[in-house]
Amino acid sequence: MAGVPSRHKSLVLLAGVIILQVVLLAVQIKRDSQGRLLRVWTVGAVSPFQRAGAKGIGNIRDTWSHYFALQNTTRDNEQLRRENDALKLQVNQLQSKAAESDRLAALLNFRQAQRNVPMLAARVIGTGADTGSQTVDLDRGERDGVRRNMGVITPDGVVGKVIESYRDTAQVQLLTDKYSGVGGMLAESRIQSPVGGTGEPLLSMKYIPTDETVNVGEHVVTSGMDRIFPRDLPVGIVTEIKTGRPFQQVRVRPAANLQRLEEVIVLLTLHPLEKKETQAPAADATGKSVGGTAAVNP
Amino acid sequence: MMNDAFDLRLAEAHIEVHKFRSGAIVVSTFFALVLQAFVPVYFPKFAVLDLPLLVVVYFGLSRRNPSTGLLLGMVIGLLQDSLSGPTVPLGLYGIAKTIIGYLASSIGARLDTEHPAARFALTMMFFVLHQGVITLTRRLLLAEPEPWFTLRLVIAAAVNAVVAVVLFTLLDRLRKS
Repeated sequence: MAGVPSRHKSLVLLAGVIILQVVLLAVQIKRDSQGRLLRVWTVGAVSPFQRAGAKGIGNIRDTWSHYFALQNTTRDNEQLRRENDALKLQVNQLQSKAAESDRLAALLNFRQAQRNVPMLAARVIGTGADTGSQTVDLDRGERDGVRRNMGVITPDGVVGKVIESYRDTAQVQLLTDKYSGVGGMLAESRIQSPVGGTGEPLLSMKYIPTDETVNVGEHVVTSGMDRIFPRDLPVGIVTEIKTGRPFQQVRVRPAANLQRLEEVIVLLTLHPLEKKETQAPAADATGKSVGGTAAVNP
Repeated sequence: MMNDAFDLRLAEAHIEVHKFRSGAIVVSTFFALVLQAFVPVYFPKFAVLDLPLLVVVYFGLSRRNPSTGLLLGMVIGLLQDSLSGPTVPLGLYGIAKTIIGYLASSIGARLDTEHPAARFALTMMFFVLHQGVITLTRRLLLAEPEPWFTLRLVIAAAVNAVVAVVLFTLLDRLRKS
């Protein structure tokens, strides 16, 4: 740079630094490498602060709810009692339907089966650092058996999948990410279609033929075809339908509240889970589920 | 060449280059990244902010050295990339923030950027430009369809600019008197 005028040196440096990063991008695309080393260091440096922050906020909330918000307890109790009554009613209705419906019976079987599925509760301690991020960070990682491509759920429904696992943390791609997807199907008609993120709060069900009937309010569940999530987990509810050729444009509101995730469940298995009736006897022969437990064997 | 340098000094004689307390840039950068990767868990709307970008813009405008400005932008951008998970390749935010760091330093060396109105306008402009570079990179290098202009972008730029005015005033306290 000796011959370069001093005020142009920064321009040369700018060009060099940008070219370097373009090459870095190209290398990642070409080799499908994700620059793991730098990510491990950065996440390792930041995650203790995220973890401490999450713990601190949890403590503040506990303190608030136990000591300062007691004046609301009576009102909350009353409200909970009412909710409990409503839920009991709902459970009764569901139970009577389950007795008549093969699908619900299968779902119940599956839920029973889930008791043996290795699962791990994890706390959300952070999000991706990019603006409008559709990833979250968990406080569990490789040490806890969390691996890439494991499914993540809440009791309400599907959350997403693990896209990177570090020693003590893992990153989860939310279902709303526009490059995210899950095998889904309409709960009533059993029509299957991938459900994908759009980068916005609503999901998109992409391949429902125009001649099929879809109703607003219909439930969407997992189909199990993505080999990540078991069948019949809630994905969302149909909120909008637009006609199109050859497929309808169906928008789905996620069942899990992806905007406010604090605790989630990681499915500690890399094998597709099947309904009780369809389980292959050879599942154990092929499957070594993480944590040493069989994937599903009720 | 001497004339060039002489002219430049004359033109910029009234522009003050600010020095900061030791560790101010490192600590600010670290806090910006931690907050960016933590607060949206509890306040999802916070994700509209790009605190690392605001740090790049502030120190670029204040230090007024294009070389250090672009290097700071590169480092902060790459760190942001690495915290964003595999969906964001290393270099995406790095390239955008390198360019913003360079431009902020260059503009800071020619204009008075201390007035809140100037800071508001510049931050808004840099935010839009930053997103423009990211969109260009995604489209050209990653072949990802990304919209150029959305209403959300305008709102986000305005919100970031308002926050920048307040944040920059706080960061002014880290200057050496």
